[in-house]
Amino acid sequence: MLTQLGKGQAGCIKQVTGGDALSLRLMEMGLVPGVEIRCLGSAPFGGPLEFELLGFRISLRRSECQRIILHEP
Amino acid sequence: MKHISVVLLGNPNTGKSSLFNALVGSHQAVGNYPGVTVEKKTGHFQCDQTRVSVTDLPGTYSLGPDSPDEEIAVSAIAGELAQNDLPEIIVCVVDASNLARNLMLVTQALELELPVVVALNMTDIASKQGLEIDVEALARSLAVPVVKVQANKQIGIEDLKQQLIKDYPPASPLVTFPEIVEEQLGRLAADENVTAALRTPFWLRRILLETTGRMDSLLPPGRDQSCLEAFESARQLIAQQHQLHGLEPICRYEWIGQLVETIVQAPSKKGPSRQGRVDGVLTHPISGSLIFIVVMTVMFQAVFRWALPLMDFIDAGFGWLSATVESWIPAGALRSLLADGLIAGIGSVVIFLPQIVILFFFIAWLEGCGYMARAAWLMDRLMASVGLSGRSFVPLLSSFACAIPGIMATRSIKNPRDRLTTMLVAPLMSCSARLPVYVLLIAACIPDQAILGGWLGLQGLVMLSMYMIGVVVAVMIAFLLKKTILKGPTPPFVMELPGFKWPNLAVVGRRMTSQGWGFIKGAGTLIMAVTVLVWAAGYFPRNAEIETTVRDRHTAELQELKANPAAGSELAELEERIAAEIQGESLRSSYLGKAGAVIEPLVRPLGWDWRVGVAVIASFPAREVVIGTMGVIYNLGDETDEESDRLRDKIKLATWDDQPERRVFTVPVALSMMVFFALCAQCGATLVVLKKETRSWRWPIFTFCYMTSLAYVAALVTYHTASLWI
Repeated sequence: MLTQLGKGQAGCIKQVTGGDALSLRLMEMGLVPGVEIRCLGSAPFGGPLEFELLGFRISLRRSECQRIILHEP
Repeated sequence: MKHISVVLLGNPNTGKSSLFNALVGSHQAVGNYPGVTVEKKTGHFQCDQTRVSVTDLPGTYSLGPDSPDEEIAVSAIAGELAQNDLPEIIVCVVDASNLARNLMLVTQALELELPVVVALNMTDIASKQGLEIDVEALARSLAVPVVKVQANKQIGIEDLKQQLIKDYPPASPLVTFPEIVEEQLGRLAADENVTAALRTPFWLRRILLETTGRMDSLLPPGRDQSCLEAFESARQLIAQQHQLHGLEPICRYEWIGQLVETIVQAPSKKGPSRQGRVDGVLTHPISGSLIFIVVMTVMFQAVFRWALPLMDFIDAGFGWLSATVESWIPAGALRSLLADGLIAGIGSVVIFLPQIVILFFFIAWLEGCGYMARAAWLMDRLMASVGLSGRSFVPLLSSFACAIPGIMATRSIKNPRDRLTTMLVAPLMSCSARLPVYVLLIAACIPDQAILGGWLGLQGLVMLSMYMIGVVVAVMIAFLLKKTILKGPTPPFVMELPGFKWPNLAVVGRRMTSQGWGFIKGAGTLIMAVTVLVWAAGYFPRNAEIETTVRDRHTAELQELKANPAAGSELAELEERIAAEIQGESLRSSYLGKAGAVIEPLVRPLGWDWRVGVAVIASFPAREVVIGTMGVIYNLGDETDEESDRLRDKIKLATWDDQPERRVFTVPVALSMMVFFALCAQCGATLVVLKKETRSWRWPIFTFCYMTSLAYVAALVTYHTASLWI
């Protein structure tokens, strides 16, 4: 899962779970299988996390990260 | 002359508005965060006998809209309702430093059966990152013209204009979907029930692959049931072989991945980009929070300190003007109207121009460099705890400038309930119109003490707390709304964090001047009108008897002093006191004074005298009016013999009518007034915009009622609590 990435670590997306508009939007923004994603940091008090992929940065909450499955390293 | 119409389509924050401004020479608002543009804007330019009308659209990640602003964009280029005025050319604005994700929307646009031109923007940023893009190969692969531009520096604009006036055929689809999808598309295209209801194959593809019903709001009304059934059976057939959900983006990115590999040379790298490392500091739990606090503190300190010399300058100017008028015009109604009414009223407002300009310097700078999105990111945790997301924080931040663009900016919020909640609390943010009220009262009543080892002033701290009160109350109200009438789950927080850039100084400068000019215009229209009304109510009816009564009261004293030739200075002092008493009594017996007597019981519990009450009531159409109104009231009833004309010094010395030695503006009174202004809905324009955005009078009325009663109660509590301590 994407939440398991530590700060500065990268992983490869395997799947975005869920059949709703959010998962579709994540895929439209480039979170599709095979894409490398890197964790840049997290906001204080359990706030959202920041990731870098395909040359841009995106913010996701922890709950949203749980829907993104990574390939085993 | 030939006419053509083009639209600018692209992902959020790719510089569409900058390109629009460069093309048509306008000054549309631009900023470095996603969602600055939330409505269509049209302009035109002329090039070689062709008149081109250009429409700037809100950014969207996909032609499947996810929020009201994206719906505006999609319906403008493909909406069934827009059938008659479809654009003739689509300009896809593409961020070169972020090519893959931008191309996803381009591949969708190529399926619209309209001519497409790609404007490859931000090429300078891409090359700074070491990305080399083979533009010719890109144009060949997409089979559409590609023009390199740097919209913010006006580079490549002429090339793009020349390209737009050429004739070229509609673009054609490039991404191929699995065989079964193409097969079903062909079958649907042959179905008469379907083709009768839908205009182009674009719609076929979009509806077929749409699994979450996002297109429903854009579909033509009264569509055929058999048409829907045809789609449903096609979907079921596809679903037997492929997972339908997400099939579209996965196929598109697969195609894009192959393309990008051949046309882009990226430096081989390990680890985060330079931008990513900057973010590592700015969004670090400790350093990020510290930087946030420092940025906010510096901003408020600067607004307070930097403006002082300029304010003195403006003050001197109006003082001179007032003195000149008084020396040229004989005493009477005209002189009073000019000196006490217009000059005192407008002068006391215009003096805050430097503060407004400095505030907008900071806001424009923060928006331009990309920090706004980081602030929203830091605040998401707090917003999530009240049932909103950091996305709601961006409109709230814009509301610090003015609630009207803030309310408009909520169009980027997807869920209608979350959007409404954000709109209803946006007017609680301390907008720039509240700034003069805070500055005036703080400068007059809060002692200028240094605290925290001298790097922070008490005055700056009070100002910061006024801004914080708005935020804290907004958060509480949002929580209540989301728990009661606007109940719903916490929305997700998927937001792009823009790259850091040095803000364009021309854009910052333009924002400062346009806001400053808007403020002056406001002072020249609404504030002037209210000022004159208040002056008239305070000047009339003129009662000559007052002068006689006051003089009679002091006859004995006067005669005594006149008989004593050594008491010349005491005599002059007495004359002045009599003149002041006459002015005070006249004001009290004027229409304004009578109205004040009616209001007084209502405002007395807040610690205010009738003058403050009248000024506050008169400022319900627009809160900054209060300064002008107080300027007039305290100039008309000037019972002090203070040299300075400045309102700040006048209210410092103002006393109660019935207790001449008791000052009106004590610290508790100033605090209670400021809290009232921080929370009260004193802005007609905001309520009108709320009506427009919610399409009902219900919500503006609700907002007015809750904010005004909240303001009253909070001011009451503040006054009594502060009186206990101070």
